[in-house]
Amino acid sequence: MTNDELNQPGYEIPPEIKNQVAITTIDRIYNWSRRSSIWPMMFGLACCAIEMICTAASRFDFARFGMEVMRPSPRQADLLLVSGTVTKKMVPQIVRLYNQMPEPKYVVAMGACASGGGPFKEGYNVVSGIDNYIPVDVYIPGCPPTPQALLHGLITLQKKIDNQTLREARWYKKDVSEVIPVPVLGPDIMDPREYELIRQYSQQKSATTVSEALEGESNPV
Amino acid sequence: MMEQAILTDVDLAEKFPQKVKRDERKGYEGYLVDADAFLQVAQFVRDEMGYDYLSSVTGVDYFPENYLESVYHFYRTTGGPALVLKVQTPRDNAVVPSLVPLYPGAEFQEREAWDLLGIRYEGHPDLRRILMWEGFAGHPLRKDWREPYYEEDGKPFKSRWPDGHVYRIEDKNPFHKNVDYPADFDPDQWAPDNDASLYASLKKIQSSLSDSGLKTDTVIVNMGPQHPSTHGVFRMVVLLEGETIRALKPVMGYLHRNHEKIGERNTFLMNMPFTDRLDYLSSMSNNFGYALAVEKLMGIQPPERAEYLRVIMAEFTRISNHLFAIGSLLNDLGAYFTPMLYAIEERELILDIFEAVAGSRMMCNYFRFGGVARDLPEGVYEKMRDLAYERLPRRIDELDLYLTNNEIIRARCEGVGVLTAEDAIAFSASGPLLRASGVPYDIRRADPYSIYDRFEFDVAVRYHGDVYDRYLIRMDEIRQSIRILQQAIRDLPEGPIQSGKPQYQVRVPAGEAYGRVEAPKGELGYYVVSNGKPNPWRYHVRAPSFVNITALETMAKGNKVADSVAILGSIDIVLGELDR
Ligand code: SF4
Repeated sequence: MTNDELNQPGYEIPPEIKNQVAITTIDRIYNWSRRSSIWPMMFGLACCAIEMICTAASRFDFARFGMEVMRPSPRQADLLLVSGTVTKKMVPQIVRLYNQMPEPKYVVAMGACASGGGPFKEGYNVVSGIDNYIPVDVYIPGCPPTPQALLHGLITLQKKIDNQTLREARWYKKDVSEVIPVPVLGPDIMDPREYELIRQYSQQKSATTVSEALEGESNPV
Repeated sequence: MMEQAILTDVDLAEKFPQKVKRDERKGYEGYLVDADAFLQVAQFVRDEMGYDYLSSVTGVDYFPENYLESVYHFYRTTGGPALVLKVQTPRDNAVVPSLVPLYPGAEFQEREAWDLLGIRYEGHPDLRRILMWEGFAGHPLRKDWREPYYEEDGKPFKSRWPDGHVYRIEDKNPFHKNVDYPADFDPDQWAPDNDASLYASLKKIQSSLSDSGLKTDTVIVNMGPQHPSTHGVFRMVVLLEGETIRALKPVMGYLHRNHEKIGERNTFLMNMPFTDRLDYLSSMSNNFGYALAVEKLMGIQPPERAEYLRVIMAEFTRISNHLFAIGSLLNDLGAYFTPMLYAIEERELILDIFEAVAGSRMMCNYFRFGGVARDLPEGVYEKMRDLAYERLPRRIDELDLYLTNNEIIRARCEGVGVLTAEDAIAFSASGPLLRASGVPYDIRRADPYSIYDRFEFDVAVRYHGDVYDRYLIRMDEIRQSIRILQQAIRDLPEGPIQSGKPQYQVRVPAGEAYGRVEAPKGELGYYVVSNGKPNPWRYHVRAPSFVNITALETMAKGNKVADSVAILGSIDIVLGELDR
């Protein structure tokens, strides 16, 4: 928002106090200040993190968008840039970090891996996209996305913030936001919300293996 | 140090009849050793034959023949080719004696083989899972173990090629994601390990500490996996007495992306872009090692121009990697981001060259079996020449001027994290870490590959083995790389860049090969076993970061906890290849 815009709210401002007061909506001023000072968490996962560092550094410099303050602590960060492959072993920590971030908070899935599993999707330790666990605001394609693509993604996030209103944003609702349950490392990764499903599945599995064994007995090959 | 004469060319099969046989399978090399005589043979190999350096330990699952095989590659630090030993063990009760008492560098590699293949190394001091978590079901690299998204044993999958009836694999999974659970499993009864076994192994050390009369308390501190100075998702668990480190356990696997399992499903060429993502700061070197290993199996040679282009790209990679390493080391020391900005500026110029020749800044996928993918586009030759002759030498001098004698850097680095030459060899350290400890071992000289024997350069060595020398040696190596670059760019011949026609599907004869290169971080080796099919039977990566980290505890012990960050930074790890 430029100074001019701030001074043209559509109301008549007496000439003697022009340039001294600004009239705007709460939404606009909130969004403007929030979008101009997004603090990303300093958190790199894999190859994409290197491009994230490059975007922060000499040539591309995302300080131009108000984002140069990278915070290693989730409690001071607004933006979780998931920059790389999410593995089953790592996902409990990522969910925990997300839970620790104060609202308003945003998540950008950077690269093919964070968006949907990427080149390593079929691997036994790879999560097919971080959105299986936490909500994502912007997805950036690429492997890795070039710094230009990352900047474009961040600008997209800024546009998204511009369009938010206090009335609808979930962090301004009365009730407390839900904490995302942290996945548990079992024989495979387990989402606590799915325990019932897991139990059914594995009972069914043992039933089918038993019936297969019985079948094998009745008609020996 | 080595006064006694070293036996060369002993036939181990004659020396240990009954116990050792030559490996006579077609395309294989080395010896097969009986498990019960293995330690004795290894001792002989180390002490009498002078193979003091254990480069790689891994396993292979010969599923059809129903045995597992533990494979060892030994080298001499004075140079020369490998000695390969193998121990075979039945699949249902896989036990092999551990080499850790003789070669401490085997520690993590054996843990990896236990984790992924289920080979139990008897006598290992701390045999726990390393890449996966305790409690994970099964040993994933066994050939009969199937991942939840399993489609077929080898690519290209029928669903994709030739007709392309593609479906999303999620739709076939009852949970719509990448999970599977054993039969008769009840999640409510599950007690997760929560690192209990890790802490138990630290507790053991804790209880052995009380030697001084003074009663002190020890604390266990976790650093990582989300920590700004662990260079990714690495985790160290340190046992502190006051501020002094008494024990340190690295914990890894947070970026374990199943490179090897996927690699064994892929065709040979499909693996090339995956190697880019190992050490993602130096993709060209990764390509190099893999291309060498497969070319060894195929018995082909790239043409002259391709050899030169390969060397040029590999050396540019080394420079950009070392710049990044120096920049992040200084970050870790507290010179927050300023030196990094200078380093990244130069790196960007090198990346421009990569982008021009390969089409991508980081993930170059540039090498092919028997050559390289593309020739230089217009104008790139001039750019390379300017960089190698003009810009880089000046910028390195500038960095040197600002950093090397800086008081804070010297105070924080000198004498910190010392690794002696003996320890460095014993822990199988490689690359700058080994050479900064006074061991002049550089594969480009010790066991030359490609055309490195044609260039004039010195093997950089430093002798103190501390953090400061590891910083200095990277500066030295950048200068040597610039020397190689200047010669290679000057002599770059005209001609073809591929031997034969480029192919999507290469024919690789059955056999095994170990290809290794001096990557910027150390010895990068690929162990590839082919059975004549389009997919490798075994594809193992001996990653320098992974093996170098074995020495971390020794370097960190007795130092202050704040120094552990500097010590870790001076090893220069990348998680992509550490966890693979
Ligand atoms: S999307 Fe590609 S570059 Fe990014 S983390 Fe995944 S493999 Fe690495």
